[in-house]
Amino acid sequence: MLEIRNLHVSVHGVPVLKGIDLHVAPGETFILFGPNGSGKTTLLLSLMGFSGYEVTQGQIFFKGQEITHAPMHERARLGLGMSFQRPPTIHGLSTGKLVELCGRGRTLDIPALARTVHFDRFLQRDVNAGFSGGELKRSELLQLMAQQPDLVLFDEPESGVDLENMALVGKTVRHLLDGMPDSGTTLREQARQRSTSGLIITHTGHILEYVNAHRGQVMYNGKLCCEARPREILDHIARHGYQECLRCLAGDTFGTIAEAPLP
Amino acid sequence: MNTVDLSRYSFTGGQHQAVEDLATLPQADSRRLVLAGIDVHDKAVSGAFMQMDHAGVHCHTRQEGLELMDIRQALAKYDGLPQHRWKLLDPDKDEFTRMTREHCNGGYFVRVRKGVKLKEPVQSCMFIKGHGAGQSIHNIVIVEEGAELHMLGGCVTAHEASHAAHLGITEYYVEKGGKLTFTMIHNWGEQTVVRPRSAGMVAEGGQFQNNYILLKPVGNLQMNPLITLAGPHAVARFNSVVVAPTGSYVDAGNRIELAASNTRGEVISRVLTTGGTVINRGLIRASASPAKGHLECKGLIMGGGRIHAIPELDSNQDGVELSHEAAVGKIAQEEMEYLMARGLDEDEAASTIVRGFLNVEIMGLPAPLQQAMDEQIALLDAGNAM
Repeated sequence: MLEIRNLHVSVHGVPVLKGIDLHVAPGETFILFGPNGSGKTTLLLSLMGFSGYEVTQGQIFFKGQEITHAPMHERARLGLGMSFQRPPTIHGLSTGKLVELCGRGRTLDIPALARTVHFDRFLQRDVNAGFSGGELKRSELLQLMAQQPDLVLFDEPESGVDLENMALVGKTVRHLLDGMPDSGTTLREQARQRSTSGLIITHTGHILEYVNAHRGQVMYNGKLCCEARPREILDHIARHGYQECLRCLAGDTFGTIAEAPLP
Repeated sequence: MNTVDLSRYSFTGGQHQAVEDLATLPQADSRRLVLAGIDVHDKAVSGAFMQMDHAGVHCHTRQEGLELMDIRQALAKYDGLPQHRWKLLDPDKDEFTRMTREHCNGGYFVRVRKGVKLKEPVQSCMFIKGHGAGQSIHNIVIVEEGAELHMLGGCVTAHEASHAAHLGITEYYVEKGGKLTFTMIHNWGEQTVVRPRSAGMVAEGGQFQNNYILLKPVGNLQMNPLITLAGPHAVARFNSVVVAPTGSYVDAGNRIELAASNTRGEVISRVLTTGGTVINRGLIRASASPAKGHLECKGLIMGGGRIHAIPELDSNQDGVELSHEAAVGKIAQEEMEYLMARGLDEDEAASTIVRGFLNVEIMGLPAPLQQAMDEQIALLDAGNAM
């Protein structure tokens, strides 16, 4: 589904990602851990193709196609979707209309879709105008449900979400990744939906309670290390912090301690 | 830019036969009318009035308690309308008001009687068909106590009559508890000179809402209407949407005077230039307290042009709350990328944002008009201006 080879990305001329190799298989959910400022969000934004994230080396392949320098909308149309952590407000554009645009001509029962994330009352509201943390997340998820991407990038799906909303957000993320078979979908569609992959950034790990995460890795100072089962990584970080990543990478850089201070 | 030689226009002689059925107008004309919010089939309206050059050619009402007639007829019938004519505007204000005082060649008189709430709008159309024609018209709109009126005013030049002048005096009177929504849509030609001079007075508890839409080119337009909220709890709101392509010169503002306690005023304007010049004015003045006012002048420059935003707040009263927001800029990259991440290409994203920015929907227009406006906005081709 996704293959990243030796990706280097600079932001305003400052190298942030320093050689990322990552592979996410169809239907697989991959979890990214790492301290603040380690480059996780940069990786997601680079995959989506945001301006300001300059790929200086390496390649990104998505569904077998190289998308390293592809325009954003082409990546989206190819099946890459992203849940924004801090989406902008767009005045004069209703949420319902945006959901319709995300569907790109697909026949969608938007009010019904919105009800699944308790968002039907928001469809007339301007996109993200005055939304709370939980509302922003539900709005993002609703857009993704309409967009039906094959790989979904989630940047901290649990941030700013209260406990009650967390269950809803978590279940919806799982539905997005595992597919949402309802009585109307064919077997073939169900099979297609099961091939949805996920790349999720999490700090707290709450999302792991809801999704079937297969693999995980820690990002530290622009590099990936310590691949393991996400639960194990989380337990380890909870007990030891990111100390071990530092040791790991220190060996990698011939004894020079990585420049980023520990959180 | 602001000197207009009125001798270049003909203010007399533009006579036309009555048009009983607007649907019989030539197709080229009726297409222009639709874009100015005029339903030529007169469906779903309480009344309709049309003036072609200097002749009132069409006038009918369907509603008890609604008076609608040519201003010249009203002046004859009501002894010159001494209570309402030139009461809110000084005829010596400028050469355009003087011209209209000395030589009024049309306009309408509309009055909704006490307590009559019209469900369907009244449509009025000022049509300039003759090349070089000048309209110097005077409109008087009266909404009596507790009455409600939605007036749709379309001002249009025929395709062949771009070289024309329109001087329009309008006096609005909203009596106690009355409600007037006045939607004005301009559909001029590239050389048309336009000088509306409007003023209104809103009594206690009255509401005045003005919607203004200009999506088509205009030669030179200058207007700055003033609404005075004369009674407590009166409310005035202006929503303006102006698009200025190359060649358009628009100096447009809205003014509200909060002259009684507990009044509220709001002036919201959205300006898009794709090469034209727009002076985007707004003034809220409070001479009584408590009173609230908010002003928003927002402009987008896409592909050249100039926007000069002049928001003004003025008060000498303790306890007033006046605020403004002004912005001149471009489409936010962040918004573009948000939409592009959903699969919209650059053009689609830009036009979606521009449509939201212009936000004509806020005006609550009748559906066919809303649709016509959406189509016009889609034609703006904002994507190419990026």
